[in-house]
Amino acid sequence: MLALIGRRFVYALITLWVVSVVVFSAVEMLPGDACQAFLGQMAQGKRLENCRAEHNLSAPAYVRYKDWAVGLAQGDLGKSIKRSKPLEEVIGPRFRNTIILGLTAALIGIPLAIVLGAIAALYRDRKADLWISSVAIFCMTVPEFITGTLLISLFSVWLGWFPGIVIMRADAPLLEVLSKIILPVMTLTLVMVAHIMRMVRTSMIDVLASDFVQMGQLKGLPRLRLVVMHALPNALLPAINLIALNIAWLIGGVLVVEVVFNYPGIGRLSVNAISDRDFPLVQAIALLMASIYVALNLIADLLSLLLNPKLRTQSLQS
Amino acid sequence: MNILREILEGVLASRSGKIGFSIVIFHLVMAVASPWIVPYEFNAQAEVIDHIGPSLQHWAGLDTLGRDVLTRTMLGGREAILVTLFGTFLAVTWGGFFGILAGFLGGRFDELIMRSVDIFLAIPWMIFLLLVIASFGNGAHVMIFTLGFFYGIGVVRLARAATLEIVVKDYVLAARARGEGTLSVIFREILPNVRDVLMVESAMRWSWMLLAFSALSFLGFGVTPPTPDWGLMIANSRIYLPLAPWPVLVPMIALSSLIIGINLTADAMAKSMGLDKTTRTPV
Repeated sequence: MLALIGRRFVYALITLWVVSVVVFSAVEMLPGDACQAFLGQMAQGKRLENCRAEHNLSAPAYVRYKDWAVGLAQGDLGKSIKRSKPLEEVIGPRFRNTIILGLTAALIGIPLAIVLGAIAALYRDRKADLWISSVAIFCMTVPEFITGTLLISLFSVWLGWFPGIVIMRADAPLLEVLSKIILPVMTLTLVMVAHIMRMVRTSMIDVLASDFVQMGQLKGLPRLRLVVMHALPNALLPAINLIALNIAWLIGGVLVVEVVFNYPGIGRLSVNAISDRDFPLVQAIALLMASIYVALNLIADLLSLLLNPKLRTQSLQS
Repeated sequence: MNILREILEGVLASRSGKIGFSIVIFHLVMAVASPWIVPYEFNAQAEVIDHIGPSLQHWAGLDTLGRDVLTRTMLGGREAILVTLFGTFLAVTWGGFFGILAGFLGGRFDELIMRSVDIFLAIPWMIFLLLVIASFGNGAHVMIFTLGFFYGIGVVRLARAATLEIVVKDYVLAARARGEGTLSVIFREILPNVRDVLMVESAMRWSWMLLAFSALSFLGFGVTPPTPDWGLMIANSRIYLPLAPWPVLVPMIALSSLIIGINLTADAMAKSMGLDKTTRTPV
């Protein structure tokens, strides 16, 4: 068991290391260097020299990678070209905001998706299932910026309940953030629920057809107990990894939601950083997002290890 | 040709398949024919504007620059459809190739490919897309190549899993025992059996790629104005939504209907092939 967990950790670390190499070399392979890209038309003479000297661009690539990686390991994300603050101060509050957004959506979305998925599976091909599944298909096929815009026109323009865009400082206190993210959370939750609900439904249908559920039915277990205590845990187990993969994939899309609602998070920051051609900032954000992905997968792996008796004892048997 | 007819009959067997397929065909015909049938020039501005909403002259109203919304919506899917069709083809081809090879050869090669897939999945694809476009421009070839690359990674996994199921079958063993070469086994025994999975996957990938493309143009990275494009139209007219909903709603309906149409077709296709139970996720 411990060896298994240890191996997962090592895999995660190796993945992160390779991702850091890929991120670094991808930016390295772009035409021109970071200073040329940032200065654009003005990239000549003294200005270019100064910028290059300040960011140590004349050193060979492997030396710069080493400096960058060592800095990262010590929690130093590097120096922005455009923004005069250290990157931690630029990224920190926005990273927190994105985490708040994602976490709130997940806390609402995952339980909701599990309940809806179970209901859809129990009433398969009947009215409840058709309604839930159709709405889910609509939510997952329509782009996030359309869902977001529709929600704005409904709740903000038409009903006037919530403000249509988020206006706040990046380092606003937690309570203020929470009070302003209703619409973005709703947008993200709709997409998330749709994806996860479909997986829970499929996996639940498989479990409901299995022998032990039939056995429970035959021996007269109350239906609710059978579903909640016996079928659902077994249906969720194979879905955990898929759910994690999905959430991680959706985090890539959080960028669009943040732009739609003008939300000061890491996604909108990355769009701005790319528009400004602030490559050190882009590298730092890309690596940060990759770490979230790796961490989510690691959590999912550990969860399914802990919850699945078969996997738990595997190390003893082998 | 027989295969295509078979697939088409399968799709058209269900009602939702019929609806979805007609929507997709409608959009494809529109993408090809629209330059000849649009009522106005795509960047022509109305000379007299007394009414921005729908009118007899402008069925879907005018946008903020006084351009005909219907015309721009009819033309707005052309680049998206062109890029994503080629992108999907590229993604499924390279992803399918490596996936089948990994599943078939196994061992070290399989390990190498799957580890690389894991790593590439961890890379935030949206940031990379934006970065590549920001550096190399938004030409169709750049978009096709990058979208094709990133959306092929998931195909590798899928094709590998499908191949692993086939490789252990007796007829593959028989083919090997007959002394057939690797290529012959792959093309004559494995590919025909993985084909169904890849067909359904292509349709799903196409719809996801359309989502990504429209998100890119929404962010201003996809299509250069004044070329009409759905995502860009929505982005530009979004802030005037309370005053003039038409320039936002009409392209929204166009884009959503195409994506929903593709999904309905893919679902009907999967059902007719007996692949109903596969859980499809973008990763």
